[in-house]
Amino acid sequence: MLLFYHIGRYFILLGRVFSKPEKWKVYYRETIKEIEKQGLSSIGIVAIISVFMGAVITIQTAYNTENPLLPTYLIGLGARDSILLEFSSTIVALILAGKIGSNIASEIGTMRVTEQIDALEIMGVNSASYLILPKIIASVFFAPFLSLLSMLVGITGGWLAGISTGVITTENYIYGIQYAFIPFYITYALIKIVVFVFLITTISAYHGYYSYGGSLEVGKSSTRAVVRSSIFILLFNVILTQLLLS
Amino acid sequence: MIEVKNIYKSFNDFQVLKDINVVFEKGKTNLIIGQSGSGKTVLLKSIVGLHEVNNGDIIYDGTVFNKLDFKEKKEMRKQIGMLFQGSALFDSATVEENVMFPLNMFTHMSHEEKRERANECLKRVNIVNANKLFPSEISGGMQKRVAIARAIALNPKYLFCDEPNSGLDPQTAILIDNLIKEITIEYNMTTIVNTHDMNSVMENGDKVVFIYKGEKWWEGSRDDIFDSDNQQLNDFIFASKLSQKIRDLKNHV
Repeated sequence: MLLFYHIGRYFILLGRVFSKPEKWKVYYRETIKEIEKQGLSSIGIVAIISVFMGAVITIQTAYNTENPLLPTYLIGLGARDSILLEFSSTIVALILAGKIGSNIASEIGTMRVTEQIDALEIMGVNSASYLILPKIIASVFFAPFLSLLSMLVGITGGWLAGISTGVITTENYIYGIQYAFIPFYITYALIKIVVFVFLITTISAYHGYYSYGGSLEVGKSSTRAVVRSSIFILLFNVILTQLLLS
Repeated sequence: MIEVKNIYKSFNDFQVLKDINVVFEKGKTNLIIGQSGSGKTVLLKSIVGLHEVNNGDIIYDGTVFNKLDFKEKKEMRKQIGMLFQGSALFDSATVEENVMFPLNMFTHMSHEEKRERANECLKRVNIVNANKLFPSEISGGMQKRVAIARAIALNPKYLFCDEPNSGLDPQTAILIDNLIKEITIEYNMTTIVNTHDMNSVMENGDKVVFIYKGEKWWEGSRDDIFDSDNQQLNDFIFASKLSQKIRDLKNHV
């Protein structure tokens, strides 16, 4: 029963979030701030994790295809498909759930317990829309760029690891990443990341918005936001894969 | 004028407010007093619509506020200013941005006009040279004054203050009390202040409503308090030795 209560309250909150803003100009300014706060500030962590993950995927693929009958360019192909299909969307989304999800939940939660949300309501501002809508727009807008960056850096990381450990030559790696390339994989990854960041932003905002008590509760809300966002990312990963690839 | 009629409010099975009836007058500082946990804050938050009441009416100058729909309530709230116990300033915004916030949201003023109005409000509450500071960089008393400046930025008709001087030293508390009183007269507002500070009661209580265990137990002016034979009110007001001495002195005179 509690699950239905949360689902109902989540959709009611979304209804309030997607209502007409009081002033577009203010919302636009907030969206720009959020792009900076959520998007630009995530470039570093996404790039660092991507380069190492690309490297590990390449080395592991090389280890698993260590057979004279298998051509070495398969290492590049395997690394490319792993990065495109799973890493640059699902794993990056899980990273973002930890970074921006906890940030959103704790920011909104703190505003709730310090009565800043009440202050907005008293002024006649739709607090749900004012606080959450710019975050949704910013994350949905910026996430595809992060995903594309992750693909690029991940593949580069794989190449660096491949040539530095000697498991593959540059020519074979480039041949492998071009071999039997299906452009839809990129579209698939971008669709997934957009859905995932929407889930992260709204689930985290929901937990923050309905925080109560003090700092301890805000901390718990933040943890719940990350855990539930991650679960829903994995659930929707299965659903979207079935819908888009089957 | 704000009229509260037969208000009931409960949380789950716990009845917090029981049949509250009271009229808060325009141009006066109306105080709600009572012990911690008596239901003062719930009453104040019910009046401003942050809590939905279970029963009864809250009437703002003839308009039944709690029966309005979401949009109508939003419109009405533009006429309301509120000072929260913890100031509730937006901590990611500077002092000036905090005061400009309602102007940004609800007016079509130019940026310069908004800054001018914000500075006017800040000057009114004696805040100077702090425009670019963040709330965390100023004292509690200053935060309260900035919150008052923000509350009056749109010239509201109603002002609500929840424990405006809690956590402040006596001098600053008196300063905030006086400011609220002056602003109420200046803007001809209906002001409701939630407090358990006895200085506030004695200095500002044009009208005092005493809440005891969720019920209205007594109402009158600050002068009536000394003549009251209401036991719970007397126990609350004259709890300290100092206030007992003041009462004895007054009775003696």
